[in-house]
Amino acid sequence: MDSKLAIAKSEPIWNTNNKVISIIAGLIILLFALPLFGMNSFYLHLFIMIFMHAVMAQSWNVIAGFSGQISLGHGAFFGIGAYATSFFYMEYGITPWISIFFGMFVSAIFAVLIGIPMLRLSGHYFAIATLLIGISFQVVFQRWDLVGAASGLWVTMTPEDSWLALQFHSSKAPYYYVFLVFFLITFFLVWLLSRSKLGYRLRAVRDDPQAALSLCINVSNYKIIAYVISAMIMAPMGSLFAQYILIIDPDRVFNIEISIIVLLITVLGGIGNVWGPIIGAAILVPISEYSRIYLGGTGGAVDLILYGLILMIICIFRPNGLISFIPKNILERNKQR
Amino acid sequence: MTSEIILQAIVTGLMMGLIYALIAAGLSLIFGLMEIVNFAHGEHLMLSMFSSFWLWSLFGLDPLFSIPITILLMAFCGIITHYFLIRYILKAKMLIQICATFGLSIFIRSIAQLLWTPDFRNVDKPLLEGRIEIGSVFIGQPQLYASLVCLVAFFGLYWFVTKTETGLALQATAQDRHAAEILGIPSNKMFAIGWAIGLGCVGVAGGMMANYFFIFTDVGINFALFAFVAVALGGFGSIIGCLYAGIIIGLVESLGGLLIDPSFKLLYVFVIYLLVVIYKPQGLFGRY
Repeated sequence: MDSKLAIAKSEPIWNTNNKVISIIAGLIILLFALPLFGMNSFYLHLFIMIFMHAVMAQSWNVIAGFSGQISLGHGAFFGIGAYATSFFYMEYGITPWISIFFGMFVSAIFAVLIGIPMLRLSGHYFAIATLLIGISFQVVFQRWDLVGAASGLWVTMTPEDSWLALQFHSSKAPYYYVFLVFFLITFFLVWLLSRSKLGYRLRAVRDDPQAALSLCINVSNYKIIAYVISAMIMAPMGSLFAQYILIIDPDRVFNIEISIIVLLITVLGGIGNVWGPIIGAAILVPISEYSRIYLGGTGGAVDLILYGLILMIICIFRPNGLISFIPKNILERNKQR
Repeated sequence: MTSEIILQAIVTGLMMGLIYALIAAGLSLIFGLMEIVNFAHGEHLMLSMFSSFWLWSLFGLDPLFSIPITILLMAFCGIITHYFLIRYILKAKMLIQICATFGLSIFIRSIAQLLWTPDFRNVDKPLLEGRIEIGSVFIGQPQLYASLVCLVAFFGLYWFVTKTETGLALQATAQDRHAAEILGIPSNKMFAIGWAIGLGCVGVAGGMMANYFFIFTDVGINFALFAFVAVALGGFGSIIGCLYAGIIIGLVESLGGLLIDPSFKLLYVFVIYLLVVIYKPQGLFGRY
């Protein structure tokens, strides 16, 4: 483990395989340039959703993939982010750019509060507890009058597009860029995390808690750190989503479907791998959006049937996700310069 | 707040608790056998309620008489689940096991939503109807019989697991799969039997609840949550623990709803769950 860390440290990003770097750089430039080619708003929406879900899945990946704790109620942090931002914006007129950080802060506090008692649990106990937490948040918010109870919050609309209020009514392109930037920042940070000492320690906690403990790694502290990081990645997506659709209610932002889809995307793409969530999101989000277009009238459950089926098939045949089809040495550090 | 109301709440909670206990017993049996938590347990409950409903609505069979059919259907469903899904993930990591059964739950729920729409249904004029009055406490007949049948089924299950040869073989497999195989107990067959019995329990509970409960595609979620809590509370793998845990949950739910606020029922149960798993992680009767 230590030698791997040393290799990772000695090889900064610019020493990676040149082909990989140029492909990634090319893709990033392409993503920035895409709206200039006159995409219609459906495709913009599709890409926004892919970015959002990739980040959400990455958040789940940090807690489940890196530190091995399966959270089935991760939608709670999404909802907290959405509510915190919208509430501070509506009540005190604080620009979303600042209240996004409020959302992250509140989520982090909740993650610590939830994490201290719950991360002493492991395995099934933790999974069941998080399932209960996800639903409890929904129940509480449905009855909390300060934040509009079951009818939710209607974010005050600005008359015209405004970067300060993060609202754009005439085009979706600015949202596209906002989500894209968050997406890139998050993935870069998580990629750094996965190569850092912290990342290796988290994986040690996941693979063998006893051995980690014997190496003086405080297992429960590291689990809480992972949970907080994960919550802080999730919350901004809730905030941005609230600004994107401008109306939030408990049934939408605390929906158990959110907790399901982040799990699904990560498992499909490749759990514990930084790049897994991108692959998962790029495949699943279009399935969901297109099935909503073509089969929308049938109750909207068709995409969920597919999700369930895909999840079971992946678990049976490819427990490491689709990323395991790609040879390892392309994505990991490549020794040949 | 008079003592009658509290008594009424206790009786209601007790009756609900016995149903939770049987649902949890099925879950616990499966967990004890192969250490897999069936996250689709609620959906299986939903399926058994729908089986009871359709037998009533298509063939005019009262839910009371269709219970044997429902049990057989659910046992079959359990064997199918084992054969097509669980068999492959026995050796997988826990994460994959959780994801697989979770995927199964999404799959069953959304298929049901597609086929039967999310409408609420109920069985009209079942044989068990009305209520009886004891002192000042009203007891709904369907609820009463449902809980009694669940209690009987529970003890039947307990007898089966502790006294019959197959039951002992199940226990042997649960204790040590490989040692049991050396003694000539085929573990794969035992797992299939375990799934059949576990879901058979759900069939009994679902069939009896179809008498008085609304039947819709999301009905299982709350019951499954309470069953998870009951299993953790009683101790993973312990069947008799489920009985006590189920009753505790039923009482907490109904008394909490009466004394504090009925809309936060889930939270009280959740608090109990957290307290137990933090201070007594092996549960009340657990062997893990």
